[in-house]
Amino acid sequence: MSIDYSEKIPNNVDLAGDRKLQRALESWQPNFINWWKTMGPAVPTQDVYLRTAVDVGKEGWAQFGHVAMEEYRWGVFLSERGDDRRIAFGENKGEPVWQQVPGEHRADLQRLIVIQGDTEPASVEQQRRLGETAPSLYDLRNLFQVNVEEGRHLWAMVYLLHAYFGRNGREEAEALLQRNSGDLDSPRILGAFNEETPDWLSFYMFTYFTDRDGKYQLGTLKESAFDPLSRTCEFMLKEEAHHMFVGTTGIDRVIQRTCELMREHDTADIAPHGGVPLHVIQKYINFHYSVSLDLFGSEQSTNAANYFTAGLKGRWQEERRSDDHLLTEDGYGMEQVRDGSVITDEVPALLALNLDLRNEYVKDCQSGVKRWNRILEKNGFDERVYLPHVGFNRDVGLFSTHHITPKGDLVGPDVWEARRDDWLPSEADRTFVQNLMRPVYEPGKIAGWIAPPSNGINGKPFEYEYVHFA
Amino acid sequence: MTESGPTTDAGSPAVDFDRDPSTYRHWQLEIDSENPAVAYVRLDVDEEGGLVDGYELKMNSYDLGVDIELYDITQRLRFTHPGVRAVVLTSARDRNFCAGANIRMLAGSPHPWKVNFCKFTNETRNGIEDATEHSGQTWVAALNGTAAGGGYEMALACETILLIDDNSSTVALPEVPLLGVLPGTGGLTRVTDKRRVRKDRADVFATKSEGFGGKQAVDWRLVDEVIPKRRWDETVRERAADAARASTRLPGGAGIELPPLQRTETGEGITYPHVRASFDRAAGLVEITIDGPDGGAPSSMEQVHELGADFWPLAVTRELDDLILRLRSNELELGTWVIRTRGDVGNALAVETFLEEHSSSDWLASEIRHYVKRTLKRLDVTSRSLIALIEPGSCFAGALLELALACDRQYMLDGPFDDSTDDTGDTDDTDGTAGSGQEEARIVLTAANFGTFPMGNGVTRLGSRFHGDDDHVAKLRQEAGRRIEAREALELGLVTDAPDDIDWDDEVRIMLEERASLSPDALTGMEANHRFVGPETMESRIFSRLTAWQNWIFVRPNASGPEGALRKYGTGRRADFDRRRV
Repeated sequence: MSIDYSEKIPNNVDLAGDRKLQRALESWQPNFINWWKTMGPAVPTQDVYLRTAVDVGKEGWAQFGHVAMEEYRWGVFLSERGDDRRIAFGENKGEPVWQQVPGEHRADLQRLIVIQGDTEPASVEQQRRLGETAPSLYDLRNLFQVNVEEGRHLWAMVYLLHAYFGRNGREEAEALLQRNSGDLDSPRILGAFNEETPDWLSFYMFTYFTDRDGKYQLGTLKESAFDPLSRTCEFMLKEEAHHMFVGTTGIDRVIQRTCELMREHDTADIAPHGGVPLHVIQKYINFHYSVSLDLFGSEQSTNAANYFTAGLKGRWQEERRSDDHLLTEDGYGMEQVRDGSVITDEVPALLALNLDLRNEYVKDCQSGVKRWNRILEKNGFDERVYLPHVGFNRDVGLFSTHHITPKGDLVGPDVWEARRDDWLPSEADRTFVQNLMRPVYEPGKIAGWIAPPSNGINGKPFEYEYVHFA
Repeated sequence: MTESGPTTDAGSPAVDFDRDPSTYRHWQLEIDSENPAVAYVRLDVDEEGGLVDGYELKMNSYDLGVDIELYDITQRLRFTHPGVRAVVLTSARDRNFCAGANIRMLAGSPHPWKVNFCKFTNETRNGIEDATEHSGQTWVAALNGTAAGGGYEMALACETILLIDDNSSTVALPEVPLLGVLPGTGGLTRVTDKRRVRKDRADVFATKSEGFGGKQAVDWRLVDEVIPKRRWDETVRERAADAARASTRLPGGAGIELPPLQRTETGEGITYPHVRASFDRAAGLVEITIDGPDGGAPSSMEQVHELGADFWPLAVTRELDDLILRLRSNELELGTWVIRTRGDVGNALAVETFLEEHSSSDWLASEIRHYVKRTLKRLDVTSRSLIALIEPGSCFAGALLELALACDRQYMLDGPFDDSTDDTGDTDDTDGTAGSGQEEARIVLTAANFGTFPMGNGVTRLGSRFHGDDDHVAKLRQEAGRRIEAREALELGLVTDAPDDIDWDDEVRIMLEERASLSPDALTGMEANHRFVGPETMESRIFSRLTAWQNWIFVRPNASGPEGALRKYGTGRRADFDRRRV
């Protein structure tokens, strides 16, 4: 008897009546499950208290309950939209959006979707072993929640590949499971997704900074003239918000605990007391922020310009912007290094779209910094955390051939090498943080380097048994 | 030039290729009453008879309209006058054979017009050579006056060139020195490759505007013989009679008529009894459907002669030929041709086998096959993206499969069209009714795919497709006669892809849209490169080297700019060249 996938997979894409999608699920799902089992969370669990998307409406789009993870119902959802959506930008501005992939843009759209899709399973792979050192059941559950939803985001991209890109799309969908994070022969596409997430401080930083890049990338795809992509991304953003919440509050709680320990022991050097010193937190911020900036690509990009003009990828909140949405005549200020100093130059706005998006991202990142500094302030400390200069520690773009300090000063390689460990986590810092990581699986208990959350999940208390181990 | 050109890009007139001997304006076709094995084709251009306004066809110069009549003559000689074994190409005017393509016409024509004109004239010259080589109709050029430029190129297409020796008539290729362009209708190539003129001499000849006559023309092999004026008529007659005697024209009775084609043209397409073309202007493509034969093989060659132009292979080829010419000239923006066939594979094979059996004994059977060959060659040099869609109900078998193999890509539907839900209804119904939704698409290789219809570069389309892999071609030969379904066709390399019915619509749509988004010029260049994988021949060099360079020169300011040589010709002023070599 054949499996009723339409029942097994929550969806709003008429799964039962869509032969293409049926075939997609039939051929792809077993491979996905196999991938989840081998590359997904390493800690054996019986079930986890998880949120499952069941609808797209404003009310009750998700339900909560204990589920075995490999039986998680990875659904396929597209946001609902009006019938008369129009292209908001580029040379086709004002025309109806596309319900099918125009052949002219097939290769580019497919590439955009594959790159986005590749990051989703990558982060699951990167975080595979984190469960072994979770600071609490609450945090462990959040990790798994992020993981299953990244899995669902992979489904979302795979849905698009299967439903709209024919055989070629199916092959790409298959390849999404063949590449593995950190695999030397078949790595993930983007460099940042081939680094293991070694500890929970890194995990919070990753969900704050790197998932936030994902949010902005999805935001640009949400504007796409290719309507199914747009609607898919819009719904993904809803889930992505929780991932960011995990990062924001995770760092909140680390800083809160650091404050407590500093007060308790009246010293900034709380390392001997089992806390993460503030300067180490700053170094982690420096590192994760700077590598996430690299994900935005070169500041000046003709690809991004072409995508925009063609209507494939818009700007963040394109429709709320008041310019002409064509950008053929506009300029944009771009920082670059010239004659030994960082200056601002005007370039055509169309070529500066990656920078435009990155600037939106930087603004968003500032809000977290503000929040963490408020915690420091409330606790009576004068120390502050900050975001380093955008040119600091960059491997991609205009600053990649220069050494810039966190304050924005251009320095030579000698100074960089000498000060490097003051600005980025040193081997010793990393070893120290990793040594702090000890699993705490007892309900209601938490590790000593992090404060408990102020609330539990879905109205449940912190003590709730969010995870049942196998 | 003081007057502006006759046409603009937007204003090029639609070209009509229908001609009839009773309405020729520029040629006289006469079958010699004393020796009916000899035909005289005399050029007598009506100065006022230009296809487009704005130029006069002086000095027996020609434009596309003149050449369309010549093409019509070559076809009728082969089908309507099977008794003709030698054709004398000459002029109705004393002391002037032909001055070549009309310069004002060229100077005023938009680029696509020039390119189409050159392509068509080249194809007609190739057709003349084909008649000599394969049809036992040997063409003899009797140059009773100067043959310059395109005039001499016309002569070069003939087997023998006779030049009158009157101390003034010459043969010349003055394009380079006078016009800043090339003798692009095969001139440069035939002088060296066919006439075997040494290449340094060819260089001298092609830069000497007045050309050569008399003994030197013979010494340099530019002509075969010079004949004093007083012995001219008689000698020409003798040479023609000799050629006729040496010819190996097949028997087979009287000629057949080539009546006007039944064609309906609308804004949306062109329809013939066996060929339909429907335009999708928004998508920039035309969907061409070619019908296979209604029934099986005819009972006899007598029946074929009786059917004449109604016999399916001839009828469908005439229609396709006409369609190709019309689309090429008149529908420049329909950049992709999607080619389908519909009909019964068994019938197509039966007709083909019948023709093959009679092609070495009956002139008509043979002529039809050569006509199919020439029409396929026309497709090969057509600057449009050609895509074959092989679907259930199609009949891409043998000669019809050549249509698909001439295309840049072939897509074959794997499995039946799924009209109903999941009722596979798998039939091994080899004689299944055409168009039945349940039948799978099949293609069939036959002997016709292994040498009957060579491309201009002398190899088969399969040979070109699998260039350098003779073993594979040999392997395919063993598959001849077998019905091959999509998956196997893909494995054998006979199709580009074989999507199933779920993917079919999307794959095809996306592929066509993608194609339409690419640069038309880059596509033309790319396709021309890919289609002629393999060796070169004189014929293929004419297209790949001569006309490709000519087309480049045509867009350069040194030829076509306001100060260029084409524009300055006849004004008494010199062209002002950009002296940089590129």
